[in-house]
Amino acid sequence: MNGDMSVIISGFGGQGALFAGILLCHAAVVEGKHTTWFPAYGAEMRGGAVNCSVNISDSDVPSPIIDEADAVIALNDASQEKFEHKVKAGGFMIINSSLSHLKTKRTDINYIKIPLNELAQKLTQPAFVNVIALGAFLEKTKILKIESVKEVMKEMAKTVSAKKAALLPNNLESIEFGANIIRQQMVTA
Amino acid sequence: MAKVLVKGNEAIAQAAINAGCQCYFGYPITPQSEIGEYMGEHLPEMGRVFITAESELASINMVIGAGTTGTKAMTSSSSCGIALMQEALSAMCCAEVPGVIVSVMRGGPGLGNIAPAQGDYFQALKGGGNGDYKIIVLSPSTVQEAIDLTYRAFHIALKYRNPVMLLADGVLGQMMEPAEFGEYPYKDPDVTQWALDGANNRPARNIVSLHMPEGEMEMLTNRIFKKYEEVAKNETTYEDYLLSDAKLVLTAFGSVARVAKAAVKRARDKGMKVGLFRPVTLFPFPDKDLHDTAKKANMILDLELNKGQMLLDVRSAVFGACPVEFYGRPAGGLLTPDMIYNKIAELYAKLENTTKTEAGVR
Amino acid sequence: METLVYKRPESLLKDGHFTFCPGCGHGVVLRIIAELLDEFNLQKDTIAISSVGCSIFLEKFFNLDVAGASHGRSPCVATGVKRCKPDKFVFTYQGDGDAATIGFNETIHTACRGEHITTIMINNTNFGMTGGQASATTLVGQVTTTTPAGRKAELTGYPLHAAEIISKCDGTAYAARVAITSTKNIIQAKKAIKKAFEAQINGLGYGFVEVLAACPTNWHMTPVESVEHIDKVIETVHPLGVFKDITAQENK
Repeated sequence: MNGDMSVIISGFGGQGALFAGILLCHAAVVEGKHTTWFPAYGAEMRGGAVNCSVNISDSDVPSPIIDEADAVIALNDASQEKFEHKVKAGGFMIINSSLSHLKTKRTDINYIKIPLNELAQKLTQPAFVNVIALGAFLEKTKILKIESVKEVMKEMAKTVSAKKAALLPNNLESIEFGANIIRQQMVTA
Repeated sequence: MAKVLVKGNEAIAQAAINAGCQCYFGYPITPQSEIGEYMGEHLPEMGRVFITAESELASINMVIGAGTTGTKAMTSSSSCGIALMQEALSAMCCAEVPGVIVSVMRGGPGLGNIAPAQGDYFQALKGGGNGDYKIIVLSPSTVQEAIDLTYRAFHIALKYRNPVMLLADGVLGQMMEPAEFGEYPYKDPDVTQWALDGANNRPARNIVSLHMPEGEMEMLTNRIFKKYEEVAKNETTYEDYLLSDAKLVLTAFGSVARVAKAAVKRARDKGMKVGLFRPVTLFPFPDKDLHDTAKKANMILDLELNKGQMLLDVRSAVFGACPVEFYGRPAGGLLTPDMIYNKIAELYAKLENTTKTEAGVR
Repeated sequence: METLVYKRPESLLKDGHFTFCPGCGHGVVLRIIAELLDEFNLQKDTIAISSVGCSIFLEKFFNLDVAGASHGRSPCVATGVKRCKPDKFVFTYQGDGDAATIGFNETIHTACRGEHITTIMINNTNFGMTGGQASATTLVGQVTTTTPAGRKAELTGYPLHAAEIISKCDGTAYAARVAITSTKNIIQAKKAIKKAFEAQINGLGYGFVEVLAACPTNWHMTPVESVEHIDKVIETVHPLGVFKDITAQENK
């Protein structure tokens, strides 16, 4: 009822959880889909807990608020703890195993553990854990094309500062790398 | 024009710019600061006015100054900030000064929190200002509607020379979804017959809110309330979502209404005759339409992110035509589709039982 | 030969007459403002902002467009008007209760923004219209209805010196305190208000003139005693002077 795909992306401020959701939404618009993005954050600008709920659907999305998500991307341990119960039975959760060593609690969902921070070190620096996770999520779900996100990144680079625009190759590398993680099964169950 | 992905707050700001808003006066407060930031980025480069005022008191009084010249101006704030504007809103209604106020509600009372809430329905509709007055209040439920109603707010503020409030909440302000701006669709009235621009080749004018001579204030108030009747006649708007055969009618405004829609869809899938009555204008409240709806329904369920505020207007409109139930969460607690669905299912089961019992008795 | 010795300023309404108490300073200052607006040929291009207090009824006296403001917010209303109509002349007319007490924050910020408006603040060291209560500018020892034993510094602090504070704001082009207790002082007052008006006309910034004025009714003095009280007592606390004049600095 929350559309074809509902996902919660969560992390601490500065990890880019909100931005990953924004990329996803823009890519949905590129593909002519209906979408909503709804953020939640604490009072702090950096370091506090942040998350966003994203819906992608072929039809109108009435509620931006998600009861149970098809997927959760948890960029740190606090996010895993907070949102593990929010995954729909049969859904999945991407866990950043670099920053979370918590035991998983459920048997009715799939877990995809990716050492995002460690893997990011292998890429041109700076590399982005949020974008890597997004790449993995898209490759796993196929809800949108990776190419659509790349198109969004390229469009965004035209409107942001030169400093940010210079990071476009890093972003493109990160999303492709994230997709490859799933393709090459570089994950632990 | 194509749809763009846009945040509620930024949509409101861009719509205001499209509507010809010449001045923005504001003071930062979460969860609406993006409106001021957007205006600060765009208005000066367009040669328009942007001021971060010293307070919300100052912001709204600057809007008054602009409004007395017939210029389109707006301010935006949230909960405790809007509280500081109440005196000026009363004065604007009295002196018939147009202006647009965007209120993006957060959790209260007090400083509360920065989570989305709807606790300022009374503040907007019943007012904290003095005397008999009415602000026209528009309540968007989607980012698209935030754009459309921002356009409408600027138009009817000038049309009726009254403050118009766009009452949004943190969900709508902070969320993003695709929307289309289009063009400002209204033809605004001529302001030269009343606006202040110097007493050149005409008698001096004044736009004030103090009227001491005996009877003057009473006459003025009666005249303004006649105007409100016109507003009610021309502007009352609501959305009918699957009401025609609804036994259980939900009432909700703003972001809650769209969450309620998700629950209605699900209830319909399960064969329950449920609909949604969503007031788009909160003043003027669609009381006659709601009463007619209530006459055909078995029960009303009012949903709000507060302890029951619009509920009073709902009850007053329903006027005993059917029972009215309330379900809400205050101070930043959100209603989810599940919660609303479960409440629908619970009440609907009761309705079915009652109907069966009544049938049995007959 | 007849010589015209008196002419009613165009900026005053033909049938308007002042309704102030005998000996009150408001009438003199309003007359000065009207004369200056005529001199600058601004009657048709002015929007006056009234405030709350005895300063409120501008539309009953002035042949000018008038916007009313809530208590203390005239500078905000003036800011809104001036930013929309930058080619119009905009001034606020306020008392010490309005500009220096409830609205001093607005006054300071308007000065700091360097708004091209002018504020004339009548300082009679009390809330006149509401019956003579103590205001921010009330002198230590002054008897008012809320300080019947005289203002005590240890309880309610010290008088606020508006013109001096406003002179410290970078956006202020002109700040002065004047009195209207003698012909000489009235001429000085008119000069100061003219300077403040010129600051706006020439786009230099905010102009602020504080006028010490009598409130015989609430001071429980005769008009003559009131004038003496200003010269001998109030001026020792709120001294006359030009505290800022950026044109004078340029001339140096």
